[in-house]
Amino acid sequence: MTYAPQLMVLGAVLFALGVVGFLTRRNLIVMFLCTEIMFQGILLNLIAMGLQRGNVSGQALGLFVLVVAAVEAGLGLAIVVLLYRRRGTLDAESWMTLRG
Amino acid sequence: MTSSATLATAILLLPAGAAALVGLLGPRLLRGRSHWVVILAVGAALALSWRLFEQVRAVPAEARAEEYARTHTVYSWFRADVGERGHWFDIDFRIDPLTCVMLLTVLSVSLLVVIYSVGYLRDHHGRREHGYERFFAFLALFVFSMCTLVLAGNFILLYVGWELVGLCSYLLIGFYYPRPSAAAAAQKAFLVNRVGDLGFGLGILVIYLSCGDLRYEAVFSEAGLARLDGRETLVSLLLLCGAVGKSAQLPLHVWLPDAMEGPTPVSALIHAATMVTAGVYMVARCGAIFAESATAMAVVATIGAATALFAATIALAQTDLKRVLAYSTISQLGYMFLGLGAMASDSAIFHLFTHAFFKALLFLGAGSVMHALHGEIDLRRFGGLGRSMPVTAATFWIGGLALAGFPLLSGFWSKDEIIHAALMRSPWLGVTAQVTAFLTAFYTFRMIFLAFHGPRRLPEGVEHAHESGRWMIVPLLLLSLGAVGAGAAGVIPGDLNLHEQLRTVLVAMNHAPRDELLESFPLMALSGGLAVLGIGGAWFVYRRRPILAMAAAVLWPRAARVLRGKYFIDEFYDALIVRPLRRLGRVCYGTDRFGIDTVLWLITAVPRSLGFMLKESLQQGALQGYAMGMVVGLLVIVVAVLAGG
Repeated sequence: MTYAPQLMVLGAVLFALGVVGFLTRRNLIVMFLCTEIMFQGILLNLIAMGLQRGNVSGQALGLFVLVVAAVEAGLGLAIVVLLYRRRGTLDAESWMTLRG
Repeated sequence: MTSSATLATAILLLPAGAAALVGLLGPRLLRGRSHWVVILAVGAALALSWRLFEQVRAVPAEARAEEYARTHTVYSWFRADVGERGHWFDIDFRIDPLTCVMLLTVLSVSLLVVIYSVGYLRDHHGRREHGYERFFAFLALFVFSMCTLVLAGNFILLYVGWELVGLCSYLLIGFYYPRPSAAAAAQKAFLVNRVGDLGFGLGILVIYLSCGDLRYEAVFSEAGLARLDGRETLVSLLLLCGAVGKSAQLPLHVWLPDAMEGPTPVSALIHAATMVTAGVYMVARCGAIFAESATAMAVVATIGAATALFAATIALAQTDLKRVLAYSTISQLGYMFLGLGAMASDSAIFHLFTHAFFKALLFLGAGSVMHALHGEIDLRRFGGLGRSMPVTAATFWIGGLALAGFPLLSGFWSKDEIIHAALMRSPWLGVTAQVTAFLTAFYTFRMIFLAFHGPRRLPEGVEHAHESGRWMIVPLLLLSLGAVGAGAAGVIPGDLNLHEQLRTVLVAMNHAPRDELLESFPLMALSGGLAVLGIGGAWFVYRRRPILAMAAAVLWPRAARVLRGKYFIDEFYDALIVRPLRRLGRVCYGTDRFGIDTVLWLITAVPRSLGFMLKESLQQGALQGYAMGMVVGLLVIVVAVLAGG
């Protein structure tokens, strides 16, 4: 017996929380954290599916996703820092002029 | 692959490799050393082609006919189940004495011209001209293309080589492309050749439709010729179209004088010694087809004789040193066509061989003058250079004597054979050829006396003319050896004799027996006498009594104007073809720009305005808005999958 279904539900909840957070907050760092939460939800799902299938490919893929997420986190935070230096605020609204 | 096919492949790949190497690495890496690559490659190819000639000569006499007609296939390019053979295009070589003679001519002149160019493309302080590497890459490409043309064993490869040399000619005429006249001349050469090549292409097509095969071996065999039954005249005349364009015969000669806009080594190599003779080579190669049609032979002979006389008269009145030589080239090519049409294609090839040396020599001499005078080439602006440029003057004299057909020099032997053959064919052709021979001697020495003798005159801005450097002098000296001695190839007895070698290959031409030619001493004496008379006449008119030349222009003003205006053929073509076509082009441009483009703008207005509206409404710039769009999209997909599953 495994915890796979429960884990999947947990993942889905995490993902949904991330989405809601991303849509409702305007602070760039909080939005960034929300994308990380979505990431973890997906990661949890991957591992749960591997568990259900009874093999390690889910976990292996999960490790890769972790690495990519780490790199992405570094890059994303650096961008946020740069944006803050430019405008002196973390409000996403202040970048609305970027529309094409 | 037989050993001769391997040799032929190597001969092709050497200049091709040099072209690629210099083209890719030249501007960055090789720079001032670019010429070495090309000189070594062409030199090696020359040595290999001599080796090839030895192999060809080593074939025992009784096996020659069969061995020479053989197709050497080195590579199968593509296969298609069309026609009787399953695959119908290969890289085929034809290796026989005709190929070897052409290879030796092309490669030896090329080698000397490449060496000469090293000096020519530098100014008096030794600085390289802009585009130095490009020039050598193109020269090597040209050598490769010309070798492809003469080695080809089927019509498609011949056509490929034919077009490649045309491309190189275009690129090299336009070498000084910022100069508008050079760009226009390059375009003109390309377009006029296109007119001829259309006929050439159609001719090849008719051959393919009739014979179902394009290998020389199959087409020139008895079975192949039998299939052409009834179409020999059509095919010959179509092929002749291509030859007329490439070899600058009437009425497509207009591009060659303009081609003198290119650097002088290019004029010497491509527009005098080698590429323009491709038409002569092709007609000689296809002799089996031409010989089947008396009409075609008559047309070839008539075009040749008419062009020879016509161009010689124009050369009488030109004042540009290189243009005189250009018209002289057209006239000499006319001789070769006359020889082909008069059933003496071996004599035509002999004249091609000797002409390559003395005409290249004359052009390189003109280049030496041009280099010394900083590009001035107008005979009215300079004169009397003999003292300051002794080597150039002496070699130019030798070239001039050979061109004029002075007894015992190379031009004398080959021209005499053609005149003889023409006379046997028809008295009119013979007389035209003789008159042209006289004119040739006259205009050649008019040019020489004006340029090198008399009081010294220099164009403005040139302090003193001085002899060119070693890179240019050595090729001049070597070529003058050729101009003196090349005639021996057609006269010496034994196996090395050109006629003896070509007899097996050009058997379809049933040319005049060799002995009869040698016995025609009265005719030889007449030709020699006319040459001397022409030289003497030029001396009398331009050195002894210079007033005579002016008197002639005053007495016959109309004739002088027509000759100076080159019979106004350029103007005629301009009014009849170029301007109407340009007007049509302008109409088409206007229709496209204002008619079609307007309709397109109207039609695309609907999607364009829709896109604009979408952008205005959805693209707000708020991060949350975009994320919302993504989530909604995701939801739609999930719902669709769940509902569908």
